[in-house]
Amino acid sequence: MSEEHYLELCENPVQFEHASSVNNVFFDEANKQVFAVRSGGATGVVVKGPDDKSSVAFRMDDKGEVKCIKFSIGNKILAVQRTSKSVVFPDKRSLKLLKSQSINVNWYQYCPETAVILLSTTVQGNILQPFAFRSGTMSKMSKFEIELPVVPKPAKLSLSERDIAMATIYGQLHVMYLKHHSRTANSTSAEVVLYHLPREGACKKSHVLKLNTTGKFALNIVDNLVVVHHQSSQTSLIFDIKLKEPDCAVNTHQPVLPARSIHPYRIPLSGPAVVPSQPPVPCQLYSSSWSVFQPDIIISASEGYLWYLQVKLPPTVNLLQDKGKLMDFLLRRRDCKMVILSVCSQSTRGVLPVVATVFDKLNQVYKEYLEAEQSYTVAMESGPSRGSAAQKRPVRTQAVIDQSDMYTHVLSSFTERKGVSHKFIIAVLMEYIRSLNQFQITVQHYLYELVIKTLVQHNLFYMLHQFLQYHVLSDSKPLACLLLSLESTYPPAHQLSLDMLKRLSTANDEIVEVLLSKQQVLGALRFIRSVGGHDNVSARKFLDAARQTGDQMLFYTVFRSFQQRNQRLRGSPGFNPGEHCEEHVVHFKQLFGEQALMKPSTV
Amino acid sequence: MASGMQEKQYTPSLLSFFIYNPTFGPREGEEEKKILFYHPSEVEKNEKIRNVGLCEAIVQFTRTFCPTKPAKSLHTQKNRQFFFEPEDNFWIVMVPWFETQCIEKPNKDGKPPTIEYQEEEILDTVYGAVVRQCYSMYKLFNGTFGRAMEAGGVELLTQKLEKFFYRYLQTLHLQSCDLLDVFGGISFFPLDKMTYLKIQSFVNKVEESLSLIKYTAFLYNDQLIWSGLEQDDMRILYKYLTTSLFPRHSEPELAGRDSPLRPEVAGNLLHYGRFLTGPTNLKDPEAKFRFPKIFVSTGDGYEELHLIVYKAMSAAACFMISASVELTREFCEQLDGLVGPQLTLLASDICEQFTINRRISGPEKEPQFKFIYFNHMNLAEKSTIHMRKTASVCLTSVHPDLMKILGDINCDFARVDEDEEIIVKAMTDYWVVGKKSDQRELYVILNQKNANLIEVNEEVKRLCATQFNNIFFLD
Repeated sequence: MSEEHYLELCENPVQFEHASSVNNVFFDEANKQVFAVRSGGATGVVVKGPDDKSSVAFRMDDKGEVKCIKFSIGNKILAVQRTSKSVVFPDKRSLKLLKSQSINVNWYQYCPETAVILLSTTVQGNILQPFAFRSGTMSKMSKFEIELPVVPKPAKLSLSERDIAMATIYGQLHVMYLKHHSRTANSTSAEVVLYHLPREGACKKSHVLKLNTTGKFALNIVDNLVVVHHQSSQTSLIFDIKLKEPDCAVNTHQPVLPARSIHPYRIPLSGPAVVPSQPPVPCQLYSSSWSVFQPDIIISASEGYLWYLQVKLPPTVNLLQDKGKLMDFLLRRRDCKMVILSVCSQSTRGVLPVVATVFDKLNQVYKEYLEAEQSYTVAMESGPSRGSAAQKRPVRTQAVIDQSDMYTHVLSSFTERKGVSHKFIIAVLMEYIRSLNQFQITVQHYLYELVIKTLVQHNLFYMLHQFLQYHVLSDSKPLACLLLSLESTYPPAHQLSLDMLKRLSTANDEIVEVLLSKQQVLGALRFIRSVGGHDNVSARKFLDAARQTGDQMLFYTVFRSFQQRNQRLRGSPGFNPGEHCEEHVVHFKQLFGEQALMKPSTV
Repeated sequence: MASGMQEKQYTPSLLSFFIYNPTFGPREGEEEKKILFYHPSEVEKNEKIRNVGLCEAIVQFTRTFCPTKPAKSLHTQKNRQFFFEPEDNFWIVMVPWFETQCIEKPNKDGKPPTIEYQEEEILDTVYGAVVRQCYSMYKLFNGTFGRAMEAGGVELLTQKLEKFFYRYLQTLHLQSCDLLDVFGGISFFPLDKMTYLKIQSFVNKVEESLSLIKYTAFLYNDQLIWSGLEQDDMRILYKYLTTSLFPRHSEPELAGRDSPLRPEVAGNLLHYGRFLTGPTNLKDPEAKFRFPKIFVSTGDGYEELHLIVYKAMSAAACFMISASVELTREFCEQLDGLVGPQLTLLASDICEQFTINRRISGPEKEPQFKFIYFNHMNLAEKSTIHMRKTASVCLTSVHPDLMKILGDINCDFARVDEDEEIIVKAMTDYWVVGKKSDQRELYVILNQKNANLIEVNEEVKRLCATQFNNIFFLD
């Protein structure tokens, strides 16, 4: 079971003195700081932030019970609220009223991340009025109505602040409304309704998350997933608003995975009182003393812990049978790379259609990144664009799994795996190449090498031949050289290699080398002439090869051909000292006599 | 007035075809036992024995000159005999009758007309290849002679030979045999990489879900795209498919092609797939699920396979399954349900891609030349000379004389290993050019009577640059 827990509390929680009769605990969502105020501050205030740097300890005079205490950003100013109508700033400063709005407000919610405040107005409380703060100004956004399950008569406050939360999901601010089930409204279970709150324009109901149960719930946002904790069952559900549900109406979502509890957590006993042999105490999860804050914070004031909630991806792999959906899910997660690669490895034990789906999903994301990268490069090359803001370099997320990742982590070990039929190995490799081609991604030659290696290992030369015939394995010099090396076991590889070099059109030197090595000296000479490279080739190389054949007439022909070239280029048939052809001149004289040498023409 | 010189519409035909094994009747009086098959069967027994004896004697006699290379053909004034020993001591002899080559000369003195035989017009290579093809085709469907001998002795072998060659010889059309028979090549369908990969993916997925399938071959428009069989087996299977099976099923495939397919519609998928071998109608309760069996080579012998040929529109897939498995209705229905819709979709994909590529490459890339290309490495052949090849006729667009020149050049090429180029000016003002580069041969026929040698050479270079720019062809 333990490998099924896909949510966990972070390993290093923020620890503070737990709440008691002498110690009051406050949490500031903006700075994510916990304030432990002992005896109204007289015996000390300890502030713990998300990291050690933001921890502060100080004392202040006990001037009555503290209702709320916060720092400004950067811990510059401390504000303490002791009565319902006054806030004290320990450092004396003057305040100025910048702007005011007059609205009847039931309650408010503030989202520090986006600096948006949400006010509940009207008698029922379900007309929400957002304001956005930006660089010292406050702007009114368009108000919107939350649809209540039942409209009470007579009207009374029906929307509680506990059922509303704000959070950024996939970069967009959403208002989450926990809509409890109601017997009268014919709804059998609770749901979370998301309202998309754009910077400009009207707020719209965007998603409905089906909880399929009733009771007390709390919401978190982790890695763009909506996490719904259910207290009575002590389990949590996760929803991904980008996952399309084929069998649901648009934008209605079912949980991605079956409900599971958060991974059991043990509190390590620390401090001087700890006895080494004493085992850590299990922590009570889903405790009624837990407070949940956005986006991913869970605080247990009674135990003195602040945790960040985290998603553990490996358990999701076995919980989600539909591999296509699993890939869609994983590709949107932050630390997904190794899990995705393990899914790929796992899928190579499955059936081809699934392998194909997994590869296609992967390459879709890969392609999008490559395109973004390319258009960025083009934009950079064409200079900074006028007016519009400079284009940002695309961020390479972990979801971008490139060919080298696949080669290193999945394919090379897969081709070595014992007990897998070579037919299946080749089918999987070809499926990956097909998928890359489908997304018009240039295939790296090491993948072709892997295909060739596998085919050669199993003597499937005719298959290889057919792949090359249809240019499935794209031309490259390394590939052509690899083919040349296969010639001794598979003679047609020679022809395939020469064809490839020819198509590359940048490999004329290589073609000459291949032909010379085959003692096809005349062929090499005719070829280099046909591509116009005759004037620049090394005469010595050709003469060496011609002499090696032992064919005297061939040597004569090649020698004379270069003499003619010299005549044409330099007006003299002789070789330059730099060409190092002296021994061949001597050899020629020995064979055919001095008089056979071409004489400088006297035109 | 005496009847003028008469040249009839003569065609070559088969005079006789026989198979014998000299070790089966070594003693006198037992000669008949040597004969395993004789066509025409109505020939009198003694004549059969005489003819076989003559062949045996010639082969024995010529062996003394070259023990490693026995005689391949015997030229006589009237005809030619072709010998082939496919397996130890088994000889196949074919004697074609070339009526075209006899020109009857009327005799003024009232004597019977003398007949002139122009036997040198016949190419050994072409008919030698035909004999070898006969054997390969027998072997494809029956395995080796030796196999039949092991299974049931001479009796079974003669039965098998009778059964196979009785029908096969009727389909031999010696008049349309030419250089292409010498090559025995495979025409490949030109296809873009992506569509090819889709076909690969299709084949792999079908082989995975119907794991009985051992090998698959994929053809479109009677041209090969993919072969899971080894080259030599594919070569003869391809010959069978394109000259025998497909032509027999060439009823209009296009029916319904214009109606848009909606393969995404769930449930009963619409498709045009059907079996070319095996059951003609799956719904028929009487349907038989018997498929032709073929023999293909494995590393160290032969294996027997069911041959399922399934076609949707112009796309044909051959699935081969071990003959030891009995094929059932369920399997065929499963195959039909799985392959039918996918193959239909693929066929229309290929058709679409092909049309697009055609449009891109444009008409100027269409060959203006008459040529035959063959690559010994992958057996790829391409001909713009042959308009259509069906079971009965092979129409060529050039005069037989020119085809003969092509054959002659081919013989010259076969004699040496070196790359060569031969340019011939034919009597009919045509230029015929033969090029051999590495393992490739190219034959071009140019109708430019006023062109000189240099111009012809340039013209062929131009052809190579446009038609064969993606292969290494030495100028």
